[in-house]
Amino acid sequence: MNPLIPLFVVIPLAGAFLIMILTRFIRGFDKFLASLVLLTLTVFSIYSLVTTGENPSLYKVGGWEPVNRIPIGIYMVMDGFTVIVLCIINIVGFLSVFYSISYIKRYTSENLFYALFCLMVGGMNGVVLSGDLFNIFVFLEISVISSYALVAFGVEKNELEASFKYQILGGLASFLILFGIALIYWNTKTLNIADIREVFKTGYDRTFYLFAELLILSGFGLKAAIIPFHAWLPDAHSSAPSPISAMLSGVLIKAVGIYVIIRLFFNMFEISDSMSVLITTLGTLSMVIGVFLAIGQWDIKRLLAYHSISQMGYVVLSIGMGMILISRGGRSDIAALAVAGGLFHLVNHAAFKGLLFLNAGAIEYTIGTRDLKEMGGLAKSMPATSATSFIASMSISGIPPFNGFFSKLIIIIAAVMAKFYLLAALAVIVSIITLASFLKFQRYAFYDKPEYNHDRKIKEVPFPMIFSMIVMSLLCILLSLLAFPGIRDVVLTPAINILTDPAKYSTFIIGI
Amino acid sequence: MIVYLLCFVLFLVGLYGVITRRNLIKIAISMTIMEFSTFLLFALVGYIDGGVAPIVDPADPVKIYVDPLPQALVLTAIVIGLATTAMMMAVIIRLYRKYGTFDIREIKNLRG
Repeated sequence: MNPLIPLFVVIPLAGAFLIMILTRFIRGFDKFLASLVLLTLTVFSIYSLVTTGENPSLYKVGGWEPVNRIPIGIYMVMDGFTVIVLCIINIVGFLSVFYSISYIKRYTSENLFYALFCLMVGGMNGVVLSGDLFNIFVFLEISVISSYALVAFGVEKNELEASFKYQILGGLASFLILFGIALIYWNTKTLNIADIREVFKTGYDRTFYLFAELLILSGFGLKAAIIPFHAWLPDAHSSAPSPISAMLSGVLIKAVGIYVIIRLFFNMFEISDSMSVLITTLGTLSMVIGVFLAIGQWDIKRLLAYHSISQMGYVVLSIGMGMILISRGGRSDIAALAVAGGLFHLVNHAAFKGLLFLNAGAIEYTIGTRDLKEMGGLAKSMPATSATSFIASMSISGIPPFNGFFSKLIIIIAAVMAKFYLLAALAVIVSIITLASFLKFQRYAFYDKPEYNHDRKIKEVPFPMIFSMIVMSLLCILLSLLAFPGIRDVVLTPAINILTDPAKYSTFIIGI
Repeated sequence: MIVYLLCFVLFLVGLYGVITRRNLIKIAISMTIMEFSTFLLFALVGYIDGGVAPIVDPADPVKIYVDPLPQALVLTAIVIGLATTAMMMAVIIRLYRKYGTFDIREIKNLRG
């Protein structure tokens, strides 16, 4: 029993409640409390990252002990993969909330913003910590309902339309997920992920579970915006306030989408050849189509949103290659390398895409437009924004000293070693197109002469925004260290071990 | 078997409504139909023919009980469904105030 685990859910929920109550009496308390909540969670998640390693820990809600080795209570599980995603959620969450202190002053009802933000973080922490299917669904709904409200926070035409579209597709995804959970429960009579795996060992009815697998994949694929399900993402991510865009793009699609897909398809379902080929195909499609949709955009946040689809394609592609190698009994070291590339890119994407959305927010805050054609020459007047966005652009395009280079390199090496030469070539081409697209962004926003004179003087954004952007850009540089032995063995290796050995997770959970 | 298929048909009815209706309120109603078809399936999963409510009475040893877990899960899911419907209605009312119409063809600012 690890007493730290429930705090990841309890603290943000209590924070959201206290913000609503106490801000009535103390002005300005909401910013302070939300930052404090997220800072505490950041400290806890980094502590868990250092201490967990190869030893997963467990919290049984209500203290219900298993009967005859069959779990009957709700389990919350913390293992190597969970702590990585927890760190992403809470670190990006803290920086976004600190950034919002200046940014969100333009809106009314600030206390609602901070309360919804805490709810969203609490929901995502719950999704990644939960050890059974139905709690994944409940926490997922907590986080997405608050994100619907946050997307519509500006209550103007575009925000409301984007939020409505997001709600229809998000609601559809939730029903598909619930449908899949019902089908799985029907045959296994249990909801615990580890216990379901144990039941599957006694006999796996492929024709029955194929339908459930497809429902679960399309449900969480909608939440993760993999390409045939991507329609809501560019609208929702570009209409939300910028710190929320950073959270949605940097964290939410990973925590409630990609994380659950990886967890369920590696640790719960038996990996089948057809399913892994399907996942790899979806990943490749997202990677290629996403970047082509991005290249013609002139709205910065819409451009960044399409690049999110493309970069998530890299992650899904790499994870899918790992699944193919495991199901065909290929070399396990190459499978581990492919999974490592995917996880590493997942972490990196949170850093650079979060930073890019914060930069876009800073530009919008200063000159009041998101259209690239109306910008220009901002490098001189906004040095910090310009420098940090240069670092982020180079990271996402895969230029050597920054983190994006190493993760893309690992993915491409894994593809070549597994003899998927076409996928390797596509990954390289997409990376080059990404570079072109971001050079356009840099040139039009920061270096060209402005087309017309702005009537007010442009100056750098306030301190909290600069602080968040600089910390994010330092993360972009420091995360490249994850590629090297030493720090990699602490952070990435436990996660890879628990994913590439499918039986390890369930035998461990049942064993406690 | 036929009841499970009817649940799926109900789900498809809701999906058809979401795709073809032009009115925002009708889309929200179709979403609710889809939602409740899923709940119905989940409740049916726990039903056992001839089973009684699972309150164990030592004096009367009835052997067959229905599965209580899906009922608890469906109750939780209904509460969540209430929250999503309320959220959707709030956004629809705001949209009506901005555009003055419920017609989804008139609401198309976001393109590309």
